[in-house]
Amino acid sequence: MVSIQTEDFDVGAEYEALRGSGSGTGAVATFSGLVRDSGDLSGVTGLFLEHYPGMTEQVIQGLIESASQRWDVRQARVIHRVGRLALSDQIVFVGVCSAHRGDAFAACEFIMDALKTSAPFWKKEITGDTEHWVEQKESDLDRSQAWELWPSGASYSADPDHKKTAR
Amino acid sequence: MTDQNLTVRFFARLREELDTDSLELPAIPGQTVETLLSQLAARGGRWAQLQGDQPVMVAVNQAMAKPSTPVKAGDEVAFFPPVTGG
Repeated sequence: MVSIQTEDFDVGAEYEALRGSGSGTGAVATFSGLVRDSGDLSGVTGLFLEHYPGMTEQVIQGLIESASQRWDVRQARVIHRVGRLALSDQIVFVGVCSAHRGDAFAACEFIMDALKTSAPFWKKEITGDTEHWVEQKESDLDRSQAWELWPSGASYSADPDHKKTAR
Repeated sequence: MTDQNLTVRFFARLREELDTDSLELPAIPGQTVETLLSQLAARGGRWAQLQGDQPVMVAVNQAMAKPSTPVKAGDEVAFFPPVTGG
């Protein structure tokens, strides 16, 4: 399930929901991303996040489907906040449950890496009274592309035609 | 929106710099993402940046698209900078 929201989220409640996904679940991997004080600039005091409603949900749902083709994914949950966020606020949550830890870790990391380079979100850093749109990082593209070389299961494709057929 | 139009949307830095959320334009037969981009860049001024040094990503009907992707009446075309979520 995918949620894009301005409200905060409760990692404990999300974990409990994933844990209750069935008796075949043996592992839950979760990731949380937070607002930190240095990005493109130092002295960041907050963030503003914009997204493309509709497309964002479709892209992330497609990533969950791609992950489910490659690994044993019993259930996956993605929450991404938008709007104005303060230092240390939670930005994003990815949780995956699986029979075994290897699949849970890999699927969780894959969804997060691919989200960063394919889901239509844009981050603006706020430092005091100035604002700055964050630039896409080469290191994020490298991490996302590295999953295409991962040697198991059906491979993820960043090809836009693949995303169309996954809709 | 009428049947003869397409909707063009802009996000993030492009939305701010062009001071435009969305536009309704008459669809032109044989149009592609590339010809639409040239048409918009030809407005000059800040619009020229659509074909400038900074990369511009495009989605047609909310799926990532390429310069050669056809664009027709009723479509929603979105231009935006490379994404930076997470």
